[in-house]
Amino acid sequence: MKRVITVTVLNQSGVLNRVTGLLMKRQFNIESITVGHTEQINISKMTFVVHVADETKLEQLIKQLSKQIDVLKVNDITEKSIVLRELALIKVVSPANLRNEMNSIVDPFRPQIVDTSKNFVTYQVVGQPDKIDAFIELIRPYGIKELTRTGVTASVRETQPVETPQLSILK
Amino acid sequence: MAANVSTTNEKTDKTETSQMHSEEKNKPRNGADILIQALHDQNVDIVFGYPGGAVLHVYDALYRNPIRHILTRHEQGAIHAAEGYARVLNKTGVVIATSGPGATNLVTGIADAMIDSIPLVVFTGQVATHVIGSDAFQEADIMGITTPITKHNYQVQDVNDIPRIVKEAFHIANSGRKGPVLIDFPKNISASIFDEALAEANREEELYLPGYQPNIKPNFLQIQKAIQAIGGSKQPLILAGAGVLFADARHELTEFAEKYKLPVINTLLGLGSIHGQHELNFGMAGMHGAAVANDAIQKADLLINIGARFDDRLTGDTKLFAPKATIIHIDIDPAEIGKNIPTDIPIVADAKEALKALLKNDFDGPDTSEWLSYLNEKQQDTPYWYVEDENEILPQQIIEMVHSITNGDAVVTTDVGQHQMWAAQYYKLNHDHQWVTSGGLGTMGFGFPAAIGAQFAKPDKKVITFCGDAGFQMTLQELALLNEYNLPVKVVIVNNGALGMVRQWQELFYDGRYSQSLMPVQPDFVKLAEAYGVKGYRINTMEEAQSILEEALNSDEPVVIDARVKQLENVYPMVPAGKSLDDIVGVKKF
Ligand SMILES: Cc1ncc(C[n+]2csc(CCOP(=O)(O)OP(=O)(O)O)c2C)c(N)n1
Repeated sequence: MKRVITVTVLNQSGVLNRVTGLLMKRQFNIESITVGHTEQINISKMTFVVHVADETKLEQLIKQLSKQIDVLKVNDITEKSIVLRELALIKVVSPANLRNEMNSIVDPFRPQIVDTSKNFVTYQVVGQPDKIDAFIELIRPYGIKELTRTGVTASVRETQPVETPQLSILK
Repeated sequence: MAANVSTTNEKTDKTETSQMHSEEKNKPRNGADILIQALHDQNVDIVFGYPGGAVLHVYDALYRNPIRHILTRHEQGAIHAAEGYARVLNKTGVVIATSGPGATNLVTGIADAMIDSIPLVVFTGQVATHVIGSDAFQEADIMGITTPITKHNYQVQDVNDIPRIVKEAFHIANSGRKGPVLIDFPKNISASIFDEALAEANREEELYLPGYQPNIKPNFLQIQKAIQAIGGSKQPLILAGAGVLFADARHELTEFAEKYKLPVINTLLGLGSIHGQHELNFGMAGMHGAAVANDAIQKADLLINIGARFDDRLTGDTKLFAPKATIIHIDIDPAEIGKNIPTDIPIVADAKEALKALLKNDFDGPDTSEWLSYLNEKQQDTPYWYVEDENEILPQQIIEMVHSITNGDAVVTTDVGQHQMWAAQYYKLNHDHQWVTSGGLGTMGFGFPAAIGAQFAKPDKKVITFCGDAGFQMTLQELALLNEYNLPVKVVIVNNGALGMVRQWQELFYDGRYSQSLMPVQPDFVKLAEAYGVKGYRINTMEEAQSILEEALNSDEPVVIDARVKQLENVYPMVPAGKSLDDIVGVKKF
């Protein structure tokens, strides 16, 4: 199963290595990882999307992460109501005669065009990972030259429904 | 030699302190001085180490402000000695090595200490901060290398952080689930001038480790659940691991077992947590454990694991382990609970605190008389066994003789292999902190240097190390220390001319194809000992065995005993790897 885990850490040198190394050592499969500063100085937050085989493995993952000295908090937010976002930059072959067609096709995704040249255009798309997947599939036939994704970051919503069904995209 | 290092530092407003030696009052203290002072502040009375370019400042500071330093002949010897020291005193062992090869030579010992939860603080030199990452002379990324095998590690970036980092390191190493902490110490930091005024201002600062708060006291409700489960059980069993020893809880464990008449079995590393010949002790469980101990696990309806981690050498096939038992697991490390065996009643706590909480409640215990008489009978019927050989000494007999000559009182360290298992089976320990063995990592070369550390820790105790002829050769250079430091360590080489444990597996699982497991050519261990100024003995016959062991073990001098034993003897019983404890082989009925 796919889980979204946030890890709040003291911003010490080596802490990223320790956390990712731990996931590797214990054979957890990371799909994506993002890291950045938080509102507190010296505290960073990592957001992982990981695949775990079962509940026992998940419990191990959380416990092993929590055990690290520089780890302050570990949360599995998969089943919370959350905002999940990822950003992708996609450079696509876009000759002048196709450019209008392309722009209208991708319009529902509300991408931004962040760079253009004679034969290429670079779209920036922000959204849930499945939205980005869909965007990529849509644009792929035109010829993707370069694709980069940031990985997922997440925020737990202020208001939580009483019972939150598991987010379908994470099943 | 290592790159030249600038010793200049911006910070000039240093104050003198009374800690300085009078003749050096005016000399400002550098990072190395602060490091050594920090060790004094932690009451470190001995360090094991080996100098080199990156730690020259540290060794110079040590010269000015001495702490007893043991110069081993290899860094691996230093760290295993520190492990032996830490084990028998339940105190943090300290190691110093230089950068690069010095640091990488420690890696095996660090991994060993990690998996067996041994408290160590390890200092490694590092190249100067401005050349880190440039593949400088003797640079190794020891932070990267040791991250997965340390409880925590630090690289000092600012000389003024040293007091805090050292304090934290000692706290982390020897609290919660213990383990090794490494401090990587760049050479220029050790030469930088320390800001005394700043240090004075920060002196009273409390440890601030918001991400590290081990849970020591058990949860009240969990204890109540445990009590209910114990009260309602018919065939309860305590499995005591090294956690009991680290918590110094032998007394509480024994009292608890006696109070409710609960049988106790041990893991390899938990040996000594109850007297080896206590009537409620049914021995070691696991791959080469006693038939009765393994049978007890399979028949128990309640298994109370105190401070053991359900390692695969204990459990065999986890799916078939303790099939009838409700599991109570007391462990200071929450990550151990449920890791290998599903747990019904988890208790995250220090073993001593948990046992005290259990003892505080007077409850109606189970009637275990039938269960105990079953176990006693089983123990009588299926003891450890061997078939005497007219012509050759059996390794088990050597261990038995050593046990009887030393009355079970010696500090025993072992190397890894067959002799280790026989020592665990036949050397019944009278005390706690008397048994030093590499359990989790199974590190050959561990036993002898560990004995050296143990002897430093307990100068008045008889310290014996059982080594295989192969494992001894991995760290035998430490023989040099016996004479130099006048350490009466007794080395007993259980010499079967083979990598015995490997040979046994090849006999049993590879149709006797002894691929690279026989060692026909060996040094003359007696002469070898003599070359180091140590008395050597050779034992070839049973008659010699008794008289030589008596003489050698009772001497005040260090000795090396080369005991020639039967080559093809196997360790039994045995639960083949991955099999259920029910599939134990090599059990004889008497
Ligand atoms: C450093 C290391 N290398 C290899 C092994 C694998 N190994 C386990 S036991 C053993 C044989 C040990 O032989 P010896 O020291 O003579 O002891 P014996 O088993 O004969 O008592 C070996 C090679 C190990 N445990 N550690």
